[in-house]
Amino acid sequence: MTMKPSRQVGIVGYGAYVPRYRLAAEEISQLWRGGQDRDTLPVREKSVPGPDEDSVSMSIEAARNALQRAQIDPTQLRAVWVGSESPPYAVKPTSTIVAQAIGAVPSTSAGDWEFACKAGSETMQAAIAMVGSSMADYAMGIGMDTAQGRPGDALEYTAAAGGAAFVFGPGEEALAVLEASYSYVTDTPDFFRRAHQHYPEHGNRFTGEPAYFHHVLSAGRHLMESLGLTAEDFALAVFHQPNVKFPQRAAQKLGFTAEQIRPGLLVGDIGNTYAGSSLIGLTGCLDAAQPGDRILMVSFGSGAGSDAFSFVVTEQLSKRRSLARTTQDYIARRQPVHYATYARWRSKLLLK
Amino acid sequence: MDIARHWRLRDQRYNLQGTVCAGCGHKMFPPRVVCPECRSRKIETFEFSGQGEVYSHTVVYQAPEGFDAYVPYVAALVRLEEGPLISAQLTDVNVDEVAIGLPVEMVTRKLTEQEENGLIVYGYKFRPRF
Amino acid sequence: MREVAIVGIGQTPVGEHWDRSLRDLSVQAILDALDDAHIARADALYIGNMLSGELASQEHLGALVADHLGLAGMEAIKIEAACGSGGAAVRSGALAVASGQQDVVIAAGVEKMTEMSSNCTTRYLASAADGDYEAAQGFSFVAINALIMQRYMYEHGLHKEDFAPFAVNAHANAVGNPHAMFRRPITEAQFRAAKPICAPITLLDSSPMADGAAAVILCPLDRAREFSERPIRIAASALATDTVALHDRRDVLFLQAGYESARRAYRQAGVGPDDIDLFELHDAFTIMAALSLEATGFAERGQGVRLAQEGEITRRGRIPICTMGGLKGRGHPVGATGVYQIVEAVQQLRGQAGDNQIEARRAMTQNIGGSGATIVTHILETMD
Repeated sequence: MTMKPSRQVGIVGYGAYVPRYRLAAEEISQLWRGGQDRDTLPVREKSVPGPDEDSVSMSIEAARNALQRAQIDPTQLRAVWVGSESPPYAVKPTSTIVAQAIGAVPSTSAGDWEFACKAGSETMQAAIAMVGSSMADYAMGIGMDTAQGRPGDALEYTAAAGGAAFVFGPGEEALAVLEASYSYVTDTPDFFRRAHQHYPEHGNRFTGEPAYFHHVLSAGRHLMESLGLTAEDFALAVFHQPNVKFPQRAAQKLGFTAEQIRPGLLVGDIGNTYAGSSLIGLTGCLDAAQPGDRILMVSFGSGAGSDAFSFVVTEQLSKRRSLARTTQDYIARRQPVHYATYARWRSKLLLK
Repeated sequence: MDIARHWRLRDQRYNLQGTVCAGCGHKMFPPRVVCPECRSRKIETFEFSGQGEVYSHTVVYQAPEGFDAYVPYVAALVRLEEGPLISAQLTDVNVDEVAIGLPVEMVTRKLTEQEENGLIVYGYKFRPRF
Repeated sequence: MREVAIVGIGQTPVGEHWDRSLRDLSVQAILDALDDAHIARADALYIGNMLSGELASQEHLGALVADHLGLAGMEAIKIEAACGSGGAAVRSGALAVASGQQDVVIAAGVEKMTEMSSNCTTRYLASAADGDYEAAQGFSFVAINALIMQRYMYEHGLHKEDFAPFAVNAHANAVGNPHAMFRRPITEAQFRAAKPICAPITLLDSSPMADGAAAVILCPLDRAREFSERPIRIAASALATDTVALHDRRDVLFLQAGYESARRAYRQAGVGPDDIDLFELHDAFTIMAALSLEATGFAERGQGVRLAQEGEITRRGRIPICTMGGLKGRGHPVGATGVYQIVEAVQQLRGQAGDNQIEARRAMTQNIGGSGATIVTHILETMD
């Protein structure tokens, strides 16, 4: 059940993107709950896209960063796949715009993937398969979102914007080689958004045990067991991060320490970037990793499912890491905005 | 909806694709078929790096139709490092930090949305280097 | 080529004419001009206009206006060169007479700018700029002028307050012009406090959008006395172009087409800046007034603002400008403006400028399209 490509595949380039703007959870709390939940906020602040940003523009920047590290001609890409729950068009691919902008057209596959917060890691599985089967030498997978929570809803504290792009290629060129991957899905309606609705519905506490924890833990545990590994064998780990607590608890249950998840645990500073969440956690890990380090990544998407990956970092990472901006470069580029600005930019004001 | 007009400009909008004169080496953005310097018609494609600095700037408080959502925004002339001036908005910038000489880099952003059911137009803007 | 004279003028008040259409305004100004020349018909009509199609859903303006003048049958076409349309229409009329193809010609300009909401009008005005590479970036026409002004201030060490004399002079002169839109003076303090539109350009740097029409009657100089007791000779008419996009200019701070059209005009008339008694320039924005003074040789590079600060642009100064209010005070119905400038210069030369009368035998006008891509310069003289 564990998946391994028929030839070695790895990450040859990666790039993160986080918008510049931040909204403090405390400000949301003050507005909707009089600050009553001030001490139990799920994140410190969340990223907010500027008025001219969306999943397309953000994917383009992350993809350009990934290509800078990959040092390949973009026309060598045979796939540009974008996973997102916030595509600007209901019908019209985000991926063709991204592919055009990064110079990958026309000899490439392109497509948009939907699986709530797991859409991004689905593109990774597919890209690995494409390269691993030797259909192509290079394929790009992106997870990117500008997530929206209903004003006043618990999700509003965390629904954020950001994500990452990965170029997969032959193992010998990789910054991090894939050991194996595993996918675990069931029909679990913990969170969904119907067509034409602005905001998603969620099952409150139902999103925890039967959804997030069941899938994340099952996927992570299976992959580790099938590889004969335990938490101590990994230098770093990243779990889908809808808030600070969930990935912390998942890590603990699988035997990981706070130290192992620290470089990838970004949600407290940028919020939940949905399809980008575990992917940008992985770029955070790659920014910090040393050659030989093993990294576990487990995504989660409502509906529901998890993808788990084990990567081993190579010598090439340190050479190419500095060819593009790091995840922390984007996180440090921080301009707080008030709720009113956020409400205007995120189209929460009735204009017609 | 003027779809074709925006579509045909995509290489310029996404990648600053301009031209260079094979005769005198003059670099042009937007692209031209005749070199304004030497009148040569031997023109080749040239992609600009997207690095530059602010040559002049203004803050738009009364926007043309289609740009109201972004008011106030900074419109600038940017001197590209290869030579030409380009007209573009600055983004991810505080109005009061803009100054002549500010180093900037090209990013791809949403330029405008043609109504709720229309085309979303993407293209170049510039932001302070960081 | 025949010499050409202006033998009739007409103009509507400039303002928000809610109750009058494009054709109403055109017909009124032209009938007044025909009456002024004591004639009922002409051989041809050249009508300057920028945005009739976009703002009033009406193209084919030449035939429409000819028809409503009761003159269907004559040659009639619209002339378009953005805000330089009016000047270009006068030049087209002058060429038609000079060539011998036409004898009595109407040159008119009209604009109806209050038909649409202002952000819509703002968008269409930006079509004077490069549509694909300026307007598509969200650049309004004001923004483009603001970019020039910002760089000008930087290069010449000026502040935005330094531009006040242009607006103060324009408003002071508009008080005495019954056709002007803003017949009230403004102070430097008001100028400093004005609200920004595209910083550093404020409301008081900018000419207002307005409705209006103006017309002149042209004929061969040797027949001028048949129509007018005080015919005015067109001593020079010149039009030059520059790049449409500001970013394509070799020098953003110099109106090359203004320089070139003025140079040709001076040569045609055999005069220089010192021989000009008044100058109706295109103060769509205060920065344009400064640049126009510099392009035509009244001020050195960077000294246009100083000329204004020294009071030399007032009716008592060395080179009076905007003597009837200019674009700022009279108003700027874009495609008509170039014709208003000619009409006002004729009023001055005829001695019909009322309270604003200055002693003048030779006047110059300069009408600017876009941010300087089309510039039309005329020199007019009395025949005494």
